[in-house]
Amino acid sequence: MYTKKVMKHFQKPKNYGEMKDADAIGTAGNERCGDILKIYLKIKNNKIQKISFETFGCPAAISASDVLCELCKGKTLKQALNITAKDISEYLGDLPKLKQHCSVLGKEALKKAIEDYKKN
Amino acid sequence: MKVYLDNGATTKLDDSVTKAILPYFNEKYGNASSLHSKGQEAKMALEESREIIAKKLKARPDEIIFTSGGTESDNLALKGVAQLHDSGHIITTKIEHPAITNTCKELEKQFEVTYLDVDKEGFISLHQLKNSIKPNTILISIMHANNEIGTIQPLKEIGEIAKEHKILFHSDAVQSFTKEDINTKKINIDLISISAHKIHGPKGIGALYVKNKTKLKKQILGGKHEYNLRAGTENVSSAVGFAKAVQVSNKKDIKHMKKLRDYFITNILKIKHTKLNGPKERLCNNINLSFAYIEGESIGALLDAKGICSSTGSACSSKELKASAVLEAIHLPPEYINGSLRLTMSKFTTKEELDYTLEELKKIVEKLRKLSPLGK
Repeated sequence: MYTKKVMKHFQKPKNYGEMKDADAIGTAGNERCGDILKIYLKIKNNKIQKISFETFGCPAAISASDVLCELCKGKTLKQALNITAKDISEYLGDLPKLKQHCSVLGKEALKKAIEDYKKN
Repeated sequence: MKVYLDNGATTKLDDSVTKAILPYFNEKYGNASSLHSKGQEAKMALEESREIIAKKLKARPDEIIFTSGGTESDNLALKGVAQLHDSGHIITTKIEHPAITNTCKELEKQFEVTYLDVDKEGFISLHQLKNSIKPNTILISIMHANNEIGTIQPLKEIGEIAKEHKILFHSDAVQSFTKEDINTKKINIDLISISAHKIHGPKGIGALYVKNKTKLKKQILGGKHEYNLRAGTENVSSAVGFAKAVQVSNKKDIKHMKKLRDYFITNILKIKHTKLNGPKERLCNNINLSFAYIEGESIGALLDAKGICSSTGSACSSKELKASAVLEAIHLPPEYINGSLRLTMSKFTTKEELDYTLEELKKIVEKLRKLSPLGK
């Protein structure tokens, strides 16, 4: 059902875990299937220095979260906001149609985290 | 290690079943409706099979109608009864198999349907059943053992209520057949759906028990096969396999599964925030658990990576992105509903396989909880 790449990021995600000293946190929930994603950011000079996630969800949601973190590393906030659900899906080598919505979730959480950072 | 714990979905053929079926492909391949010796040879095998299956239900052979499986049996029972009426009222439950639920939804165009609630363990209320009966109720359809949470409904009591009000009673017994006793001499029941592939028989064959003199509107038209209730050349090889599977089923296997089931449940509940869905006294091979704060499809995918086949009722895993209707009907708390896992054993399941599953499952739950933002 899933590509090898999805399974790799799902089984061995690199970027998971709570970040105690995060500068910004963003949470997004997908009501369609109940996934919940939390993004933690450490920001320096407008750049994402560290990023991690916590996800409640299916393999697609977890792997998409991990990939989003991977793609965000070292990016400026503006560059990070430009990452699309399609970028994540393509990086994973295509998600099943039914699971495409899982890759949208990460972007929402990231956007919220950056908005949260800008407010403070 | 390879562990198959999805026997509620389907089972492996018993070796004796495979052996029994094979001659009917290239030796005894006659059409059971043909009058020549090749045909009569097949006919005899078909009727012997019917007799074996009838005996298991303490029924008469002419009360067994072979179908293509549980789904067709359910369709024949429900539509077969309903379509003899212009209008009327049907009672079923909120936890039926889609073969019943979706047939009822279709029938709603012409008939009124009541879907009975169930309690936290999945049992219907006999009181609610009685109160739901109307003067125009034509059929009660209540499943025997639930396919997801293993709840076994009291067929005898339901049958008595149906008899008292002179309403036909059907039960989908696909999951319970040969695992639980169903004695049509002792309980009042008019129609029973059963299937072969859940009991180590072949896929593509089932049967509907139709109590003597019960009238049904034929659904598949053609020749006058199956007492003129189901047309189509008889699937003799599969019928032989079905009968063999029934013949080899036994009490010892059930005891074996019950023992393993209780062993597994006791040990898995040691994991914190884990819940058993369904009652303690349940179908012998059914285990349904919910692990709070994590998602069922992820649990299943990690189990699969370790060689363990399971199934889940989580929303993510379904094609409609909807959580299991059964788990919703038992009002499972939200933090538990998407973290469900169904493990269904067979007579081939061993303690070693369950120990391996326990060990891997503990690691998986811990791992996914680390990834989850919930429950912290």
